[in-house]
Amino acid sequence: MKHTRIGTAASATLLLALTAACSAGSGTSGAAGSGGSAGAGGSGGDTSLSVGLVAEPASLDFTKQDGAAIPQALLDNVYETLVKVDQQGDLKPSLAKSWTVSPDRRTYTFDLVDNAKFTDGQPFTAKDAVYSINQVKKAWTISLKAAMDVVQDAKALSDTKLQVTLSKPSNDWLYRMSTRIGAMMTEKETADLATKPVGTGPYVFDQWRRGDSITLKANPSYWGKKPYFQQVTLKYFKDPTALNNALLTKTINVIGTVQAPESLAQFQGNDAYEIVEGTTNGEVLLSMNNGKAPFNNLKVRQAVRYAIDHKALLDTCWAGHGTLVGSFVPPTDPWYEDLTGLYPHDLAKAKALVAETNAGATPVRLRIPSLPYAVSCGQVVKSQLEQAGFKVQLDQLEFPAVWLQTVFTNADYDMSIIAHVEPRDLPAVFGNPKYYTRYDNKQFQGDLAAADSGTPEQQVTLMKKAARELSQDAAGDVLFVLPNLMVAQKGITGLPKNAITESFELADLARS
Amino acid sequence: MLLQILRRTATLVVSLVVSSVLVFVFMALLPGDPARVALGVNASEASVAQLREQFGLDRPLVAQYLSWVGGFLHFDLGTSYVSRVAIAPQIVDRLQVTLWLVVCSMILALVIAVPFGTLMALRQRRPSGFVLSALSQAGVAVPAFLAGILLVTVFAVKLQWLPANGWTPPNEDPVQFLRQLVLPVLSLGLVQAAVLTRYVRSAILDVQREDYIRTARAKGLGPMQALRRHGFRNAAIPVVTVLALQLATLLIGAVVVERVFVIPGLGSLLLDQVANRDLIFVQDIVMLLVLAVLLVNFVVDLLYLVIDPRLKVATR
Repeated sequence: MKHTRIGTAASATLLLALTAACSAGSGTSGAAGSGGSAGAGGSGGDTSLSVGLVAEPASLDFTKQDGAAIPQALLDNVYETLVKVDQQGDLKPSLAKSWTVSPDRRTYTFDLVDNAKFTDGQPFTAKDAVYSINQVKKAWTISLKAAMDVVQDAKALSDTKLQVTLSKPSNDWLYRMSTRIGAMMTEKETADLATKPVGTGPYVFDQWRRGDSITLKANPSYWGKKPYFQQVTLKYFKDPTALNNALLTKTINVIGTVQAPESLAQFQGNDAYEIVEGTTNGEVLLSMNNGKAPFNNLKVRQAVRYAIDHKALLDTCWAGHGTLVGSFVPPTDPWYEDLTGLYPHDLAKAKALVAETNAGATPVRLRIPSLPYAVSCGQVVKSQLEQAGFKVQLDQLEFPAVWLQTVFTNADYDMSIIAHVEPRDLPAVFGNPKYYTRYDNKQFQGDLAAADSGTPEQQVTLMKKAARELSQDAAGDVLFVLPNLMVAQKGITGLPKNAITESFELADLARS
Repeated sequence: MLLQILRRTATLVVSLVVSSVLVFVFMALLPGDPARVALGVNASEASVAQLREQFGLDRPLVAQYLSWVGGFLHFDLGTSYVSRVAIAPQIVDRLQVTLWLVVCSMILALVIAVPFGTLMALRQRRPSGFVLSALSQAGVAVPAFLAGILLVTVFAVKLQWLPANGWTPPNEDPVQFLRQLVLPVLSLGLVQAAVLTRYVRSAILDVQREDYIRTARAKGLGPMQALRRHGFRNAAIPVVTVLALQLATLLIGAVVVERVFVIPGLGSLLLDQVANRDLIFVQDIVMLLVLAVLLVNFVVDLLYLVIDPRLKVATR
């Protein structure tokens, strides 16, 4: 009898638990109601798309949360900006149809589109633009907001005319308006930025299952060209093998970013798949601590640059995919020049410089983060430097926590390897003496400032000059620029070949 | 009996307190600044310092510990440093996912282990018993993630019978949910089954040597009948003990399996938050896991009193 009572109690508890656990893993739900998802597997249905990505956002609020993952999902898809960057790196109209610049280059007047609407039904007007710009200065906490500091005043001259006055001419400002700080948000503040974003874009945020995926649905009242795919699921994978398997088993349709280039072999030559390769803004930098010995000595830095055989390194650690550049400028920037000729691989010269400066006497600490490209390249860099006579101690630091504290905050390192992926980050990485690169060159800083406040033509000339100076001064060595590698099921068109903006644009994708 | 229950409760409480101190100290010792990780690479020193103050990380360690434990006891698990969203709902949601995985794996392990273990014990000196024993030895040696990778390669990628990874909540698409559950549960469950089988086998062998079995056989019962009526209940005690201990192993195994199969469970949440140095989050999860394991062992201790009436009057 006792057994029956216990048995009944146990079964009752189990049933209750089962019913409660039926919604296990549904995570945060979104605004527009998650009803009838067309096959949670993602690739069900012709107008559904599933994209595999690697870094999941921690929150949807990029005004308070740094990191590339949030704008990758939301910028240009849910939120829109006044201007956009195209695949060649040039600025194009978006919410702003056209714009004029005053002769003193301090006042920008934008003509906005008149039919854009937020997903809560409110029309997009110049007042929303003014609000968004002011919010960046007032309420945003991420450090990228500093790009808006140059704005002195923003005024709505009419519903479709916006006037922005800068405190000094700045070429950089208009470019930055194409990044996340230029995201146009509704003045009515109907959104909960962290869980329920509201924008004017071609997609509407639908649902976020933490640890799993973000689902976007096509915006039925979008003002521009309607997107082909009615539902897009962004699925997040931490394991590169799981990502590849997901495409092989048709759980996803596209691998948005290939993390292990050596695994491309299983997709090459296979008619069912298409590999897309382009460039990015991600310079893989072999940084040298310019602030202390031995790398405060130009000759030692030059020795490093001569010692690295960039072609061999790229072939070994990133399967030959990527672009070799000579300075900290990716191929899609307007002032790009191939400066690989400045420091070609020359082991004899490297050995001579090491001997001359006696740089081989003390071991050099190469402290790398635990990221795949850094771990791959670290070994190759170590062996190439040792051939030139350096003694290299290779440390792997947990990323982000330990690397950020040791290398980035405390500059307790001699060399490190990390990819800098923000667009046009030459000033940020080498123009600030307090940054972890500790590079303090007044001439260089002067050129950067003049480039920003000059005319657009002067900007190109001066930035080219600055990039050349930086390379000649060997402030760091760019090992290679990360390739943009994607694999898709055959028939999917419109994939962004070059990943040079902060967003993974979905509106142009279609199935042929 | 009341005394025994009280004593076991006291042990439970002391274990919880010690665990909380240990996990707090460990997280405090780890290098890395939560505020810096939360704000990212581009943040200025000033904003990092401000966030540290907001998180209360500039307070003395004892104050931070007491504030965390105080919240925990009031069921206030706090807010995540990184996502600034309440921790409790995230844990509850992910815990359900891991529970599906762990409970199904345990059931699978039991369903395989009890019959096979008994068979191995009964056929101990015969070739079939030997073969089963060798198989279970091999099973014990295989780590869960390796089993997972092998299963995925064969059944998902090559044969395309089942999905390679992913998770669908059961109320959204029960068929897909079940299909996605098969391989992860097999990975965890088969390895557990191998371990359990050996315990079941040795428990049955021990029981078979007992006098009461000999008496039952002498009375005319067949070997299985004797076992079923008299043997299983006695063999259950060591098996239930091992089951409770294996829960901890299953939870750890689930962490790796969740990674391989991309399942949004508690294990992958824990790994993420350790990397993010989201201290409160990690401490909350670890304490909940410790609580779960200790509670299960506590319940098992009480179960003994039910299974074996002799223990009720044991210590006086």
